[in-house]
Amino acid sequence: MRDSRRYERVAFGVMAAATGIIIAPVLIILFIVLWYGVPGLSLEFLTAMPRDGMRAGGIFPAIVGTLVLTIGTAIFSIPLGILAAIYLNEYAGKNWMTRLVEISIINLAGIPSIVYGLFGLGLFVTFLGFGASILAGSLTLAIMTLPVIITATREALSSVPQQFREVSFSLGASRWQTVRGVVLPNAIPGILTGTILGLSRAAGETAPILFTVAAFYLPRLPESVFDQVMALPYHIYVLSTQVPNVSMKIQYSTVLVLVGMVFIMNIIAAYIRSKFRKRKTW
Amino acid sequence: MSRKFEYFIEKAIFLSGAASIVFVALIFIFLLKEGLSLFSEVNVFSFLFGTNWYPISDPPQFGILPLILGSLFVTFGAIVIAVPLGLGAAIYTAEVAPKSIRGILKSGIELLAAIPSIVLGFIGIIFLGPVLKNIFQLQSGLTALAGSIMLAFMAMPTIVSIIEDAIVSVPKSYKEGSLALGATHWQTIYRVILPAAASGILAAIMLGIGRVIGETMAVLMITGNAAIMPTSFLQPVRTLTATIAAEMGEAVSGSSHYYSLFAIGIILFIISFIINVLADIFMHRGKANR
Amino acid sequence: MVENKSEIRNPKSEIKDSKSEQGNKIVTSKLNVWYDGKQALKDISLNVEMNEIMGVIGPSNSGKTSFLETLNRLNELYPGSRTEGQVLLDGKDIFKEIDKHLLRKKVGIVFALPLPLPLSIFDNVAYGPRLHGIKDKKKITELVEQSLKSAAIWDEVKDRLKENAFKLSGGQQQRLCIARTLAVEPDVVLYDEPCSGLDPISTLKIEEAMRELKKIYTQVLVTNNVKQSARVSDRTAFFLMGEMIELGATTQIFTSPKDKRTDDYISGRFG
Repeated sequence: MRDSRRYERVAFGVMAAATGIIIAPVLIILFIVLWYGVPGLSLEFLTAMPRDGMRAGGIFPAIVGTLVLTIGTAIFSIPLGILAAIYLNEYAGKNWMTRLVEISIINLAGIPSIVYGLFGLGLFVTFLGFGASILAGSLTLAIMTLPVIITATREALSSVPQQFREVSFSLGASRWQTVRGVVLPNAIPGILTGTILGLSRAAGETAPILFTVAAFYLPRLPESVFDQVMALPYHIYVLSTQVPNVSMKIQYSTVLVLVGMVFIMNIIAAYIRSKFRKRKTW
Repeated sequence: MSRKFEYFIEKAIFLSGAASIVFVALIFIFLLKEGLSLFSEVNVFSFLFGTNWYPISDPPQFGILPLILGSLFVTFGAIVIAVPLGLGAAIYTAEVAPKSIRGILKSGIELLAAIPSIVLGFIGIIFLGPVLKNIFQLQSGLTALAGSIMLAFMAMPTIVSIIEDAIVSVPKSYKEGSLALGATHWQTIYRVILPAAASGILAAIMLGIGRVIGETMAVLMITGNAAIMPTSFLQPVRTLTATIAAEMGEAVSGSSHYYSLFAIGIILFIISFIINVLADIFMHRGKANR
Repeated sequence: MVENKSEIRNPKSEIKDSKSEQGNKIVTSKLNVWYDGKQALKDISLNVEMNEIMGVIGPSNSGKTSFLETLNRLNELYPGSRTEGQVLLDGKDIFKEIDKHLLRKKVGIVFALPLPLPLSIFDNVAYGPRLHGIKDKKKITELVEQSLKSAAIWDEVKDRLKENAFKLSGGQQQRLCIARTLAVEPDVVLYDEPCSGLDPISTLKIEEAMRELKKIYTQVLVTNNVKQSARVSDRTAFFLMGEMIELGATTQIFTSPKDKRTDDYISGRFG
């Protein structure tokens, strides 16, 4: 008995250490990015065009590019994702068609991001003739983000109690009226949380935009959806591997801006989630 | 008017539901459309098992075996690191950690999931590479090992959260029954809870593998990027994904180099398809057992 | 098709002629319902008269709730349900001649547990009328007030209509649900053990409201509480294992039941 207690203590100690090994690097990485990134931040860095082959100046076009791509992704993926989740959770019966949709979503979620890049190149850039453009990049990112939004929305929809639907039907509501009247309003916080998280991931992605939109060096702002743009993740890749002699300060600050954008989105998502939990009356 | 709206919105709902199937099909079709052109010049066998990847020499050689092995090396290393750590962390978070800490740990894991892979690649180049270089006295620290370590961390959120879910959904009665018989908490965990959660753990490992094998930017940056047959973890390698990312920019559209990169895409698509279907089967089995 | 319809209409006129001048609101004949292949109702043939309160009593799993939910086709929400036989509402076949959404508007239901929607008190009651296309704000406000009054809860909530319905007590919530059902202006109100979770005073208030509502509505009350049926219903039906054992005037059922099983149940020997 004493032995088994001792084993237990050792085992729990090892597991606590494992947890520490996972969590500690996260904090160290964040600390490094902040420590070396903050000094390089300035209004000029955030709002100026890059100069001297990206070795000086700011990263304004990359920030704008990432924002534009994120918005573009949202425009295509949110309606499609929410409607698809409504189909699965509210309309679909238990049949082979539903199963096929589910398997497709699981596979969409698992396809490597670079394969999305190839697909975007093949379909949007070449076949549909959009060229490397905001349109092609947003569509590629949107399809990649779709499974995240569908899964999160579906979870939010299924957490709305079944009785609310029964009440609505009992008052003579059609299925859509029920979805619109009682299901969606109560699922919106969950949908928002999942959607923002999905978009934050899209904002940080590099591989899908490599061949579909990202510009190596383009010190101007886009004028139409058929323009290329710079984007923060790709800019980090370029600065750290493709251009010699870029000061570490610029590299770190660029990383900090991307991490900052992604984390702000995550914080907003977490805020909505926690606020909703408190407000929930059922 | 609202009747009409309802008619259209319901049509839109059905179409959106079917869209996922269409997208998977489209992705596969476009990979095939571009990728299969390669095999009019190169036979499948020498593509898969050729040991030389010299796509732009004359004549070009399109053997992807070094790339496949590069992916396997990095993935194997990452899984060997990630699974024990992830399992330990998941058990700790789900069963051992006090409630107050649990929330913080979960946020930490979520934070890790939120860091873009390009940032991890950047940190890998700047910190992990030099550290490994010093420890193992290498010319460069950018090796398969560096890739494995970095990818292990990227796979961690997937692995930890799925294992944790599996542990949490083991019925309370199993645990109580075991404790009532006088077993310690730890004995209960490894004799009762872990076996009951086995399907979920397998699913987590599969999805972790899927995450690692598909990762692109970080491996491109920190594995040293050399398309040679790997023999050791302390040697630079090149994965399937990194090859596409690194070379598509230079490949002339319509050339056999271009087609060969799409052909690699087909291989990746098939691998991820198999992995995800397997993971789904494990997940469903886990649920059906309860 | 046309012939078929006229055939269906015929029984109505026959029954109407043979019965009292008030006529029948609902007539079921040979109604059978299955859930996932398990039979829940067996050959139920009965009539609900205009403006009566019909009590349905019986032990649990006797098919009472299935019967109620079939009357407005709510049973169809369960994917494994199957129905055979006929239900006529005002002489019209509810499965063939009435759109199910319209049917549910005409035949409202109050569930066993108070189930307010996560909306304000006002919006809970206004939910139904809005569904059915009423947009005029004044009309909706009137309907809400009138419905809350009919459900005997107006005085308690008139100053807090904007509050979340979950802030009400259980008894108030249930009367709110009755008001919500009334607000779609049904002909028939079904109650599925409406007082099962409530205290005696709340129960009393709901029973009073039901008696008051008799003037306008036909009501069917399913209850586990035999005494409640004795108190409020005009006629009472006794269900057992999916079959209707006996139907008669409430006084007759409670004083001189014809079937021994009815006697055993109401005198508390089982159930």
